[in-house]
Amino acid sequence: MNEILTKAPQGHIEVRNFSLSYDSIEGPVQAVTDTQIHVKPGEFVSIVGPSGCGKSTLLNAVAGFLKPTTGVVTVDGEPVNGPSAERGMVFQQYSLFPWKTVRENVEFGLKMRGMPRSQRERAARTLLGLAGLEAFEKHYPDKLSGGMKQRVGIVRALATGPKVLLLDEPFGALDAQTRVIMQQILTNMWQRLKISVLFVTHDIDEAIFLSDRVYCMTARPGSIKAEIPIPLERPRQQAMMMSSEFLALRRGLMSLIREESLKAMGGEISDMGLQGLNIELHGHSLADVI
Amino acid sequence: MSSPALVRHSEDSMPAIAEAGPAPAVTPPATPPSFGTFALRWYRLNRAGLRAIAIGIISLLAFLLVWHLLTTYRVVFFVRFTNVPSPLAVYASFTKAIHDPKFLMHILLSCRRILMGFSLAAIVGVPLGLIMGRFKLVHEIIFPVAEVLRPIPAIAWVPMAIMLWPTNEQSIVFITFLGSFFPILVNTLHGMTLVDPVLVRAAQCLGARERSIFREVYFPASLPHIFTGLTVGMGVAWVSLIAAEMISGQYGIGYFTWEAYSLVQYADIALGMIAIGVLGLGSSLLIRGAGQLVMPWRSR
Repeated sequence: MNEILTKAPQGHIEVRNFSLSYDSIEGPVQAVTDTQIHVKPGEFVSIVGPSGCGKSTLLNAVAGFLKPTTGVVTVDGEPVNGPSAERGMVFQQYSLFPWKTVRENVEFGLKMRGMPRSQRERAARTLLGLAGLEAFEKHYPDKLSGGMKQRVGIVRALATGPKVLLLDEPFGALDAQTRVIMQQILTNMWQRLKISVLFVTHDIDEAIFLSDRVYCMTARPGSIKAEIPIPLERPRQQAMMMSSEFLALRRGLMSLIREESLKAMGGEISDMGLQGLNIELHGHSLADVI
Repeated sequence: MSSPALVRHSEDSMPAIAEAGPAPAVTPPATPPSFGTFALRWYRLNRAGLRAIAIGIISLLAFLLVWHLLTTYRVVFFVRFTNVPSPLAVYASFTKAIHDPKFLMHILLSCRRILMGFSLAAIVGVPLGLIMGRFKLVHEIIFPVAEVLRPIPAIAWVPMAIMLWPTNEQSIVFITFLGSFFPILVNTLHGMTLVDPVLVRAAQCLGARERSIFREVYFPASLPHIFTGLTVGMGVAWVSLIAAEMISGQYGIGYFTWEAYSLVQYADIALGMIAIGVLGLGSSLLIRGAGQLVMPWRSR
């Protein structure tokens, strides 16, 4: 535990000249193209973009699940090849092991590292205590609410003391109230652990509220459209979301994403061969929907 | 104008509520619940289960009654009940049989064959299914052969089994094995294909390597389907065993049933059938129990 809390800040993520394509019957399909991003040690960075823009692809490449077609992904100068416990990951679908109790889930990474049972039990209990989950250590994930599951997911990813935490729309399946609480919990943990965070979301408010910096991606093939520093003071309160500063950032990001979303949807419409329809009307109603 | 009326109205009703309200709210914690209330609550919570048990008993009794009536009046209506033994006759032969060491030996032998054939099928089928699910090459090699052999009913293997194995006993165990092997293999394989890839990823970024992933993710994730396979396999094992015993056996409950027919002991035919039914039910209950022990996360 202490080792985790007092560790010197590290976890410098760098993604350079990154592109990723996969083969299909019609030839290679570009998912992400010509992308550079970086996360400084201890920084909280979000990636936002229209759905299907490849933001999750990018995150999965940093995690080591996907190999870049061109370019490199490095963490602290070392190239990423394959997943590792150095880079903890939190998934939207929680992905807790249903056959393990809450504590066994949290212990998993330590067990893989070969830590003796009594030691890892103690570590897991401490971590669960910090997340306010000690009462549930013997429960199976099935019996937990979504918010609790994701708290376990975050604690599990942090248990091994990773340099970097990657989150793939972790709160997307939660209701609005729970989401706000989870954002607060994540911020607290991040500030305590001084860990680098790369956070993928489609929720603009969430990205601004949490991040030091936000990358906005273009529609597919995805690349970085803009990089927006978030100079809001920390610690941030919920009330801050009504401030003019926040709203200005929100407006800016919103218009960037709307542009790309329209592009993505417009592309789909012509793909489906609907040119005969009144596209103007269509575009209008789409804009209204957004 | 209206507000005084409202105020007076609430003043009037207040005492009435205050008088009636606290009385029932205070009493229950003051005295511990009596046995009567406890029993009543237990009954309310388990009403559905009790209802099912009650109806189940009634339906079994009705079945016995219909059987009794059909046989005592020797009904002939498309099917002939003239020679069918009555429940009382079967009960009489049952009380005789439980004191007969030969009958018990038949049952024990059948159970031993099931135990051996089924255990072998599980010991081979489950690991093979897991490995086929994990390693493509093994799957590609074994799957076509399995698919050709799978549709052959175990009974069709009887002549071949007699040729293959030196003793009758071995060939019967072999047939029991075959009957349960394929359901176990196929269900295990199915379970492996349904393992959520996100869970595998989660394990990988917690530092798990191939062997740990197999042990900690693939195996437990497949367990529900493995147990489905074991349950189905156990059923087919009994079907195959009884058929094999009737054709080539010298002992066993299937042989007992067939022998009873040859010896014109009609009551024993029904006794053998009921014994098979009870044994089959018992063995699938055992598997279900084992499943609940092995998969505590699945129980409510």
